[in-house]
Amino acid sequence: MKAVEVITGTGVPLKRSDVDTDQIIPAVWLKQVERTGFEIGLFSAWRDQQDFVLNDERYVGANILVAGPAFGVGSSREHAVWAIQQYGFDAVIAPSFSDIFRNNCTKNGLVPVVVPEVVVEAIWAAIEDNPQTSIVVDMRQRKIEVPAANIDERFPMDDATQHRFLNGLDDIALTMTHVDEITSFETNRPAWMR
Amino acid sequence: MGKTLPEKVWDRHLVHSTEGEPELLYIDLHLVHEVTSPQAFDGLRLSGRGVRRPDLTIATEDHNVPTENINRPIADPISAKQIDTLRINTAEFGITNFPMGDPNQGIVHVIGPEQGRTMPGMTIVCGDSHTATHGAFGSIAFGIGTSEVEHVLATQTLPQSRPKWMSVTVDGDLQPGVTAKDVILAILGEIGTSGGIGHIIEYRGSAIQSLSMEGRMTVCNMSIEAGAKAGLIAPDQTTFDYLEGRAQAPQGANWDAAVADWRTLYTDDDAEWDKEVVLNAAQIAPHVSWGTNPGQVASIDTPIPSPSDFDSETAQETVQRALDYMGLEAGQSMRDVSVDTVFIGSCTNSRIEDLRAAATVMEGHQVTVPRVMIVPGSHKVKDQAIEEGLDKIFTAAGADWREPGCSMCLAMNPDKLAPKERAASTSNRNFEGRQGPGGRTHLVSPAVAAATAVKGTFCTPGDLEATS
Repeated sequence: MKAVEVITGTGVPLKRSDVDTDQIIPAVWLKQVERTGFEIGLFSAWRDQQDFVLNDERYVGANILVAGPAFGVGSSREHAVWAIQQYGFDAVIAPSFSDIFRNNCTKNGLVPVVVPEVVVEAIWAAIEDNPQTSIVVDMRQRKIEVPAANIDERFPMDDATQHRFLNGLDDIALTMTHVDEITSFETNRPAWMR
Repeated sequence: MGKTLPEKVWDRHLVHSTEGEPELLYIDLHLVHEVTSPQAFDGLRLSGRGVRRPDLTIATEDHNVPTENINRPIADPISAKQIDTLRINTAEFGITNFPMGDPNQGIVHVIGPEQGRTMPGMTIVCGDSHTATHGAFGSIAFGIGTSEVEHVLATQTLPQSRPKWMSVTVDGDLQPGVTAKDVILAILGEIGTSGGIGHIIEYRGSAIQSLSMEGRMTVCNMSIEAGAKAGLIAPDQTTFDYLEGRAQAPQGANWDAAVADWRTLYTDDDAEWDKEVVLNAAQIAPHVSWGTNPGQVASIDTPIPSPSDFDSETAQETVQRALDYMGLEAGQSMRDVSVDTVFIGSCTNSRIEDLRAAATVMEGHQVTVPRVMIVPGSHKVKDQAIEEGLDKIFTAAGADWREPGCSMCLAMNPDKLAPKERAASTSNRNFEGRQGPGGRTHLVSPAVAAATAVKGTFCTPGDLEATS
């Protein structure tokens, strides 16, 4: 995956909670066997409605999605992360994420930023007031800054995941540095497990 | 201090652990299907990697497969390509695949247990969020994304952050007509779609212990709908009796050694939980979901809520949006709502016991709902149902008896709802458009689905008896 240090850009307010991966990319788009081309499926049912926020031309070109709690619940489909990235987003800010979606983000370089709901609401207010409001996601310091809204907030992320983001590291190669331990574990598995 | 059951199983699988980093877990069983695997196999090819343990990897075709005319080529060329891709990938990497029509084919979470591959104390993963189903046997089973599928194929391990441990206790006796599905829907109504985030749930208590393996699978299956990483139930005699003699279960001395080990899989009395929830089984009634996430669910007798019942502005908007999408009004009774389609199937409720429950209700009745689809979870379930004559009960009642697959649970195959079509469904998700664009899904048990199929409006089997 590509390395991520600092993301600077503008945000789209997706003022909904429990945005499930069936909405992010409906199942009809999952039939491809390639890893690209999913941007047309992103929120495809909601984009059919003229008043959906991604159809609002004031937010065209924004690269940070700012959503409500429990973002990415439901299906494990990694296509949801691919679709969000391929549409042009580099980070998602929300009060909480589903575990699988969050894991999928970290395998692809899409930054999942967890901040309290009041902070999300303050960002929504700022970007609704001025869609050009600058948002900075700083992976080096694990914090976001929205100067226009006086927001300077740290977000949680374990050291290992931060390290992988900063260096764009491949998980499999990292795991294979422990191959002797894997082999040793395998020799001790009970016979009935084969 | 003692350990919780999920903690014991987790710790048994630690290959490597460093403070402040995700832990490297060994994976005992990896289940693969056609939708979330093609890009993972491509990734292996691009990096010149192989599959470390093809013997611990099993594939099947379930999400895309049609549920009729399975002897003919698949009409949708994109679905056909995805299935062909799985066949090519599994052949190239030496993985056993159960293709459409094979006697061992079925929904991935139905065939693992029925073949005896799913066992207590295991770690099991699949590129499918309903993998927690296998937790019914006392294993840690969870859904993963495609990058993680590739990681497990290459290394048979997965780096995972240590979760928290949560207990959900359901004590007491379930009322007649209340099923495992109602138990998990009641739990979801209680803790919501975020209640389990970051946790593995152990379902405990006398009501859980009284469930059959099929019922336990239904409960664990929907753990993800509470946001939980996994859900499991301590193995006991019910578990051992289910597994003994199954094709892939241990035999002879291995069986005895396995059972002796499995008897150590329980939560210690002095273990500590990060979160605890308790429900009274006697107070659980048949449930029907009213909204567009599985936490928006209530007893069939509870009026549909109003946005003003909720505190936060976001919650109020979410409820109003759900009511608008579902075409329902606050205060309405679910019993007054009529349905267009009944779907009995999915990895939640397509096992033999589910079909028996539905057949018991439908026997001697005619369905009045325009479309009633019965989709067994596997060929083995289908064969068993035919042996018991359940198929004849369904067809005599006017229901449509189908071939196995995921079917209308997620509508990747031709089985779909039309816009605004309303379904009583035994599946697991009532998200917008889940069963077809614009479709309206209400989650129910097989018994409620079957009774509703007869009456035409949401009802319980008890209501049919009262009127006949």
